[in-house]
Amino acid sequence: MTKRISFYLLLIIAILYCLCPLLWQFITSLKPDYELTRIPPILPEKPTVAHYISIFKGYPFSRIILNSTIVAASTTIFSLIVGSLCAFGLTKLKVRYKAIILGFVLSVSMFPPIATVSPLYIIIRSLGLRDTWWALIITYTTFSLPLSIWILTNFFKEIPDEIYLAARIDGCSPFQAFQKIILPLSGPGIFTTAILVFIFSWNEFLFALTFTSTPNSRTIPVAIALFQGIHEIPWGDIAAASVTVTVPLVILVFVFQRRIIEGLTAGAIKS
Amino acid sequence: MNSREKGDKFIIPALIMLSCVTIYPVLYVFYLSLQRRLLIFDISRFVGFENYLFLFRDDRFWNALKNTAYFTVASVSLELFLGLSIAVLLNRPFRLRGLTRAVILVPWAIPTVVSARMWEWVYNTDFGILNFIIGSKINWLGSPFWAIHAAIFMDVWKTTPFVAILLMAGLQVIPHELYQAAKVDGAGSWTTFKRITLPLLKPVILVVLLFRTLDAFRVFDAVYVLTGGGPANTTETLSIYAYKVLFQTLQFGYGSTLSVVVFLCIGSISIFYIKLLSRGIK
Amino acid sequence: MAEVKFEKVKKSFKDVMVIRELDLTIEDGEFFTFVGPSGCGKSTILNMVAGLEPLTGGRIYFDNILVNELSPKDRDVAMVFQTYALYPHMTVYENIAFPLKMKKLDAKIVDREVKRIVGILGLEEFQQRKPKELSGGQRQRVALGRAIIRRPKVFLMDEPLSNLDARLRIEMRAELKRIHQDLKITTIYVTHDQGEAMSLSDKIAVLLQGEIQQSGKPLDVYLKPANIFVGGFIGSPPMNFLTCSLQNLRPVEVNCNGLIFSPIMEDMPKKGVIMGIRPEDVSISVEPSGDSVEVSVSLVEPAGSFNWVDAQWGRVKIKGTAKVNEDLKAGSRAFMKFSVEKVTVFDAVSGKRL
Repeated sequence: MTKRISFYLLLIIAILYCLCPLLWQFITSLKPDYELTRIPPILPEKPTVAHYISIFKGYPFSRIILNSTIVAASTTIFSLIVGSLCAFGLTKLKVRYKAIILGFVLSVSMFPPIATVSPLYIIIRSLGLRDTWWALIITYTTFSLPLSIWILTNFFKEIPDEIYLAARIDGCSPFQAFQKIILPLSGPGIFTTAILVFIFSWNEFLFALTFTSTPNSRTIPVAIALFQGIHEIPWGDIAAASVTVTVPLVILVFVFQRRIIEGLTAGAIKS
Repeated sequence: MNSREKGDKFIIPALIMLSCVTIYPVLYVFYLSLQRRLLIFDISRFVGFENYLFLFRDDRFWNALKNTAYFTVASVSLELFLGLSIAVLLNRPFRLRGLTRAVILVPWAIPTVVSARMWEWVYNTDFGILNFIIGSKINWLGSPFWAIHAAIFMDVWKTTPFVAILLMAGLQVIPHELYQAAKVDGAGSWTTFKRITLPLLKPVILVVLLFRTLDAFRVFDAVYVLTGGGPANTTETLSIYAYKVLFQTLQFGYGSTLSVVVFLCIGSISIFYIKLLSRGIK
Repeated sequence: MAEVKFEKVKKSFKDVMVIRELDLTIEDGEFFTFVGPSGCGKSTILNMVAGLEPLTGGRIYFDNILVNELSPKDRDVAMVFQTYALYPHMTVYENIAFPLKMKKLDAKIVDREVKRIVGILGLEEFQQRKPKELSGGQRQRVALGRAIIRRPKVFLMDEPLSNLDARLRIEMRAELKRIHQDLKITTIYVTHDQGEAMSLSDKIAVLLQGEIQQSGKPLDVYLKPANIFVGGFIGSPPMNFLTCSLQNLRPVEVNCNGLIFSPIMEDMPKKGVIMGIRPEDVSISVEPSGDSVEVSVSLVEPAGSFNWVDAQWGRVKIKGTAKVNEDLKAGSRAFMKFSVEKVTVFDAVSGKRL
């Protein structure tokens, strides 16, 4: 009996440990400015949505959200296309040096972003892509490829080779077999990859910080990092922005937690 | 069965992207590191290994390396310990398990930047909730001693869930019968854990360690937003130092040198872990 | 419909030679089976004909047209896999329609053909089901349907019946034979089950480690096996083999476990011979008759209209048949005889038939 109680107790502690800082941020976002500087009380006496309004009015936050959405969505689509084609080639077709290529792809995921930032900055500037969506989309797509390729390779391997061969005999070219047979059978894998790539792209900071200079292409992480007030730091606004950004992610995680975990652990276990 | 079609066409787009956006820049950064280059003024001069020699004598570099190493070791050990505990705790099936796992994933899913600003507010000296709860007036982010520990704690908060999830998956692969056999043989929980669980978990632990060590070593987002590298450079990690040299002093030559060193460190760590892993597989 | 010709076909994987020189012609409309134990290379041959595996050497012709370089699509072959390889995400209808859709035929024609095939194979009520909702036999038929709808030049079947239970296997055997008689498409069939090979084929080829041991009509291979391996592989239960020594050269006399007789041989043996006689040609009875020899019964296995009897003949074990009304029990004394004409003699050193 005590084992059970202590188990649930520890469980509650673990859950609180994960959620408390977020809860505090949520509470903060509802406090009017003058209440922010007084603790106690913990809960707002006069809760207000002023902060939420202010981030959209006084600051082009909706544009920022648009930027992040477009960059993340485009990255996801491109990463899926390039990644699935590559995974297909590696698992069902003849490729020389398969192991070396896979090793190379994996090793790219270990590169520290800081190592590529300076040359990429120079290149992007000379191409005139500074402060555009494309700079980020191309960079993110490339850096998310190891993840896409890894997850999709594992999924494609599960599809029996004979089904692909049957499609070939039935008159499909390799690409048609890929399109009509392999892809429809990989729904879950594609879904998982999409979620993980989207989250990666949505949360990325260093490249976004370096490649964007104005709210034209600035993404959410950079905006939140750079939030400045005139005199002091606008904690209330920051809290409101944080909550706004976090809510969709939390929903995503709750709905798709099983897929996300599958995708993450596939790498670890199969490594 | 391998059909005769060549898969080359299919893998070329990925390879091209990877080469252009990663390989080529890596080569380029090596090249840059051998130059003295100030971006705005378009000064560009080849100086060979002069930058590297300067690096060896650069105290700020060694400080950054020390900070990074300390941060990495502390973070990763804490994450492993906590993550393992949570994983073991949650290993048995219970109601609301799915819900719990989702809750645990949330810190991992939110942007690091959001997490950093959130903790910045928690750590606030005057209005932060931490000082309120403990009843102190410690300047967490402004104290040369506390700052890096504040950063470590925040990083642990954010990534322990990731570690826990991976370890949980590893635990589930262990067949239940082994635990039952151990019970029959009279082993207590600690012995069971030490003799059965840990050894079987070793490969997963190594993979988790690999990813987390690399991530911690190249940390930028969290610390930069939380403390900016201060106070007095006590939280300045290698990546932050390199970034500042590159984009605040615009020295693309020396900044690249620093980047190269980070790259080489990461490379060595990876090779070390991979060797460990492959030996473990045999 | 096509004649398939193999000319000096070779195949090796890395350094291992899987198919040694293969020269063979399969007639148009023939049901030809490659039979042999696992790993003998028969599936590889099938894949080479299909275009799924490139040749290391030699040529394959369909109706005197070289097909080495043609892709599977261009060769116009259809294949039934051991695992059926049905498309899991498509219904039975869509699976069968798929090859015709890939040919870009008119939807009405496709529909007509699919309905026709579905009718032939008795799959009408399953058309909208997905493969995972079907039984083994039904999946088999869908795989067949997908193959025959194309009216290919060559039909390839890779052990299609091995995943079915015994009774279903016999049923499907009859079905395959019927379909072949109706459609008369050149069929190349691969199996390790010699009974299947014997009952289905116009011609068979027995393979061992990539080399054809013997090819010809099933009955010929059964009556006149080319070597010990073929003799032992074809026919169930397997042939009895007894080592004998040469007693005399002209006329030829062999001494088999004490029994001396003159078998019919076409060649001269080098040292000794191995005598092969099929259990169905050995009769065992309680009463002696003619030149029968005494044996001791070890085991009696009822087989319905007769019994298989394992007997000990001196130092040698031999298997034969006995009538049901013979009162034979393990341990009892009995008499065995066989006709010399049914004996096949093999050279003890080379294993070849003499």
